[in-house]
Amino acid sequence: MLLHLTRRFLQAIPTLWLIATLTFFLLHLAPGGPFDDEKSLDPAIKAQVEAHFGFDQPLYQQYFKFMGNLLKGELGPSYKYAGWNVDEIIVQSFPVSLELGGIALLIAMSIGVPIGVTAALRHGKASEAGLMAFAMIGICLPTFVLGPLLLLIFSSYLGWFNTLGWNLPGDRVLPAITLGLFYAGYITRLARTGMLEVLQQDYIRTAKAKGLSSLTVINRHALRTGLYPVISYMGPAIAGLISGSFVVETIFFIPGLGQFFVNSAFNRDYTLVMGTVLFYAVLILLFNLIVDMVQMWINPRTRHD
Amino acid sequence: MVRLQQIRKFAVAMAFSLLILLTGCSDKMTNVERGNRDKEFYIGLGTEPATLDPHLLTGLTELYVLIAFIEGLTTYNAEDMSILPGVAQSWDISEDGLIYTFHFDPEARWSNGDRVTPQDFLFSFERILTPALGAPYASMLYPMKGAEAFNTGQTSDFSTVGVSAPDVGTLIIELESQTPYFLSILTHNAWWPVHPPTILKHGKMTDRLSKWTRPENFVGNGPFAIDSWRLNSALSGKRNPYYRAPENVGLNGIHFLPIETNAEERAFRAGQLHVTENIPIHRLDWYRENKPENMRIETTLGVYYYLVNVETEALSDKRIRQALAYTINREEIADYVLKAGQQPAYHFTPPNAGGYNARARLPYDPELARKLIAEAGYPGGEGFPKIELLYNTSEAHRAIAVAIQQMWKEELGIEIELYNQEWKAYLATRQEGSFQMCRAAWFGDYDDPNTFLSLAKTGDGNNHSNWSHPEFDRLLDEAARTADSEARKEVFQQAEEILIEEMPFIPIYFYVTTKLVHESVRGWYPSILDYHPYQAITLETN
Repeated sequence: MLLHLTRRFLQAIPTLWLIATLTFFLLHLAPGGPFDDEKSLDPAIKAQVEAHFGFDQPLYQQYFKFMGNLLKGELGPSYKYAGWNVDEIIVQSFPVSLELGGIALLIAMSIGVPIGVTAALRHGKASEAGLMAFAMIGICLPTFVLGPLLLLIFSSYLGWFNTLGWNLPGDRVLPAITLGLFYAGYITRLARTGMLEVLQQDYIRTAKAKGLSSLTVINRHALRTGLYPVISYMGPAIAGLISGSFVVETIFFIPGLGQFFVNSAFNRDYTLVMGTVLFYAVLILLFNLIVDMVQMWINPRTRHD
Repeated sequence: MVRLQQIRKFAVAMAFSLLILLTGCSDKMTNVERGNRDKEFYIGLGTEPATLDPHLLTGLTELYVLIAFIEGLTTYNAEDMSILPGVAQSWDISEDGLIYTFHFDPEARWSNGDRVTPQDFLFSFERILTPALGAPYASMLYPMKGAEAFNTGQTSDFSTVGVSAPDVGTLIIELESQTPYFLSILTHNAWWPVHPPTILKHGKMTDRLSKWTRPENFVGNGPFAIDSWRLNSALSGKRNPYYRAPENVGLNGIHFLPIETNAEERAFRAGQLHVTENIPIHRLDWYRENKPENMRIETTLGVYYYLVNVETEALSDKRIRQALAYTINREEIADYVLKAGQQPAYHFTPPNAGGYNARARLPYDPELARKLIAEAGYPGGEGFPKIELLYNTSEAHRAIAVAIQQMWKEELGIEIELYNQEWKAYLATRQEGSFQMCRAAWFGDYDDPNTFLSLAKTGDGNNHSNWSHPEFDRLLDEAARTADSEARKEVFQQAEEILIEEMPFIPIYFYVTTKLVHESVRGWYPSILDYHPYQAITLETN
């Protein structure tokens, strides 16, 4: 286990280096820079500003300087939001994205798993088709449609929730559902497939033959292996939920990191792009590792891989 | 199977807490209700302000915020845009119009209680003019003697710049030449003061990314003082206790909310905003029909145009440029594509810029256009090379481009290819000049035709058309030297006639601002510069 952890940790280093390098060069290849604006700077003044930030140096030198700072743990100041450091922006915004993603994940799980399992148990019946149709809708409905739709019903007509903001506990509900429903649909499908496969296994037949009630069979024997695909999916799902909330944040006016992640690229805010990309990369690697460990904990067979 | 049971218990607990969240706890009081009660104003911004440094800001968003927190020597009257005293209580102008002596209001204070002094302005002018700061609007100070030489690095001796402070209450500014609109440009943020001790506490005079603009550090001299700033959430100010004229301020606080246009409109309907930054196009008709009293559509000093690269084959012939301009049915675009009451543009400078209304008119005349294009060697559009039209990615720009593409095809028989680039790439393409024709826009920096016509001057940083016309340049120089306001307007008229005859810029429409304003808001007046001093605003509940 420890060996495995160390190996994974060592693997993460070249991955991160590769991500940092690719992002750096792609970003600098894109036309335009952080200080280009509708009102063009006088060329002499622009040269001064660029020299101040080292943009006049050859790209490889800028790259080494950036990597050097990164090793020291310095992400630098944002070029767009003067006065704010990249790490400050991340520290201020990320907890919001984490909370939103966390609640969305809970919603996705608490909707997806029961529906998927039920669908598997009703295999071949009409109700299965109905449940799976729900899952399909969840997957197909994009957040920019679902968000305004939920707002229209629950905020404009029923008046249950605020239309936007992130101040009261109730403000979490609609954004989290909007974000979580896609994943709920996906989890439903995974849970159903996993359960269907397990229910045909010999040991399930044995358990039934022993005379155990079908509830006990499912609870004690089937769920553990049946939900295995769902757990494998947790890594990418968590990463997606936490980093992919840009649209939801915009619709509901939520001060999360997703907006900075996307807009920094449009603004050519080099330091903020690098900071957010690397931050998300670390998160994704971390969550994948955690999911790996949970899998090993649940399924002893994977420990020998 | 203890683990599974634990998981199940956890799931049940979570489901319960979700249920509690779902069914309760929402504060029913809206921002507008709370604001009207506490005299606090909630205003939408569209995007997060990038900086609060008056010497570095370029965007209107930042300006909307900063007029609450900083003020210059002069300010605008909210109602009629006439010039009012600001930090300067009064001023004398020498007979030759070259020396302005400003007498400071002894009550003018920074938000930390320090007196606003002429020395603060000397520091501020030196700061914005120092090349290392790279201030985009440093050229706004060029009417001041020696400012351009200092800003372009010809000298590093600031004493060569025509500004001095003989005592703690007087600032003397010497001009390069007569500048009739000088008091008006003093309202521009480039001329605003910064608090020297605060700047120096958080870095060097010319640090671009200093932390002095952070809410906990910021010191300003406007009617409000910054209270808190949470990115992508809200920037809030409260009444500045040291403001020079507290009796003129009707609000106790102000909150800027950077909300995207569609969400902003929803926020307005839900009573979360007093004023929006914009109205989404698809909601205009609804408000027109149902809530016209909340709509404010006002002409503004802004022009939407197509910038022609005159070094492109075919487009180097002015007859072609004229033909293109004469076949755009601007009325149709305004009525069916734009819908907010934008004015079709038949000249370049927006109406009423500093009291100037252009005489020059380009015709809508497809017949004449066909004749011109035939004369230029492409009868019926035959043999006309394929031309590309660039716009920055946006649904609205696309809709206009498609309409115009169709008009040119039908009337002139020429094919135009459309392509779009996202904002920064578009700016880079423009600056490199690697385009044939592109969408462009300009908003006046101050209330004067010069801010528009100077765009076409040879060597202007924003003239990406490669068009150069000695007589046009000469006229603009002449206007700069002309003190008499009517004579000066006449010179601009001649310059504009040349511009419209030569057509390096094809004007399409003049912008309007569209805003939703809550019925409790008083003191929000139409303004062509979209400049609404918050001092004038009060909130009435009945």
